[in-house]
Amino acid sequence: MRALLKIAGLGALAGTFAASAQADDLNVSVELPRLNVAEYHKPYVAIWIARPDHSVAANLSVWYQLEDGPEGEGETWLKDMRQWWRRTGRSLEMPVDGVSSPTRGPGQHVLTFEGNADALKHLPEGEYVLHVEAAREVGGREMLRIPFIWSADQSFSQSVTGETELGEVSLTITP
Amino acid sequence: MNLIKNLVVGAVAALTLSAPASAHRMWMLPSTFTLSGEEQWVTIDGAISNDLFFPNHVPLPLNDITITAPDGVTSKPVDGWTGKFRSAFDVKLDKQGTWKITENGSLYFARWTEGGENMRRRGTLGMFTAQGLLDKPDVQLMKSARRVETFVTLGAPTSNVFAPTGKGLELSPVTHPNDVYAGETVTFKLLVNGAPVEGLEVEIVKGHDRYRDDPNALKLKTDAEGKVSFVPEEAGRYWLSSRTEGTTELDGATIPALTSYVATFEALAL
Repeated sequence: MRALLKIAGLGALAGTFAASAQADDLNVSVELPRLNVAEYHKPYVAIWIARPDHSVAANLSVWYQLEDGPEGEGETWLKDMRQWWRRTGRSLEMPVDGVSSPTRGPGQHVLTFEGNADALKHLPEGEYVLHVEAAREVGGREMLRIPFIWSADQSFSQSVTGETELGEVSLTITP
Repeated sequence: MNLIKNLVVGAVAALTLSAPASAHRMWMLPSTFTLSGEEQWVTIDGAISNDLFFPNHVPLPLNDITITAPDGVTSKPVDGWTGKFRSAFDVKLDKQGTWKITENGSLYFARWTEGGENMRRRGTLGMFTAQGLLDKPDVQLMKSARRVETFVTLGAPTSNVFAPTGKGLELSPVTHPNDVYAGETVTFKLLVNGAPVEGLEVEIVKGHDRYRDDPNALKLKTDAEGKVSFVPEEAGRYWLSSRTEGTTELDGATIPALTSYVATFEALAL
């Protein structure tokens, strides 16, 4: 709850300095590759928007094992998303409403955030970088970035492709 | 008390003569430095060895270990084990923030002559008394005190455990030791009895030196503010060491004292 308030508070503060592009919708598509490995665990994935100085402007989604399992607390492995953990995860009280989500299997996963969603409605216009970081138990870790401009009435579309833990990741912004 | 009745106080020049050979490196190595979740355990290995971090000489003693929780509450290890080459104990992290694990060992060195031969021995004052060394007419004593530390963080790093005690050699981080990343500048400050000292030698070695022909030890000197800065080029576990020579009081007499400091930390890749 504390974390939720903190994120909302950040957005509200920033919102007073610059116009937000709140009419825009943001789509993030994340492909998790099917891996032919003896021991497969669904990866932990964090998706967030950072400012050019790496500070976090919005946490969009974190996929992890929400329930404690036979191997202990699901939150134990959150730190393996090293960049996300440093930039924001370690300061959050998990789970975060609307951000925490169960892990997902191989395939294409599409997340849609409407402009008035909590994470975006106070996001000021400007330069940002979408980050997608995946870490898999007994596997590897990979992070992809897509720099973008967040502004009203401007569409954007770009995709990047990972090499190991991530397939195609695309960001689409529609006014 | 006549403990040091006949004690000849070592001259300043004796300091360097009697400094113990210390090619061996003391260290404590936690199983994990950075953790997430509500409550976690770490296991800490401790040894005095030639290579980092390969236990191949003697275990680090467990009797002088203090665990400091993020809120400053201290405790002792409850389940330690000491083997031939290393010791180990577990620490339950049940509070969010940065924990400090410290080993504060100390011992004394005695030098004297016997029948024209230079004698030296190390041990506790109790041992020296029992052996009658303190009654030798020309005995010189030196104290050696060490602070071997490591830090682990559950959740976000905190700085409460870095409050200086003002005694001996201490780390006063500018960069938090659990917030070190390869390719980024790290700044650490060292304090001697609570105050910065310029020109203090600080050595930083990356672990696994056994697999390198050149250990690539980084040798730095503190600036006027007691700070050193460096960039760990690679992710991995690092060992920092420093020492200072001074004096200490023993039953009203001033004797030379060697104080050493060691910290183990991890640099993560971003």
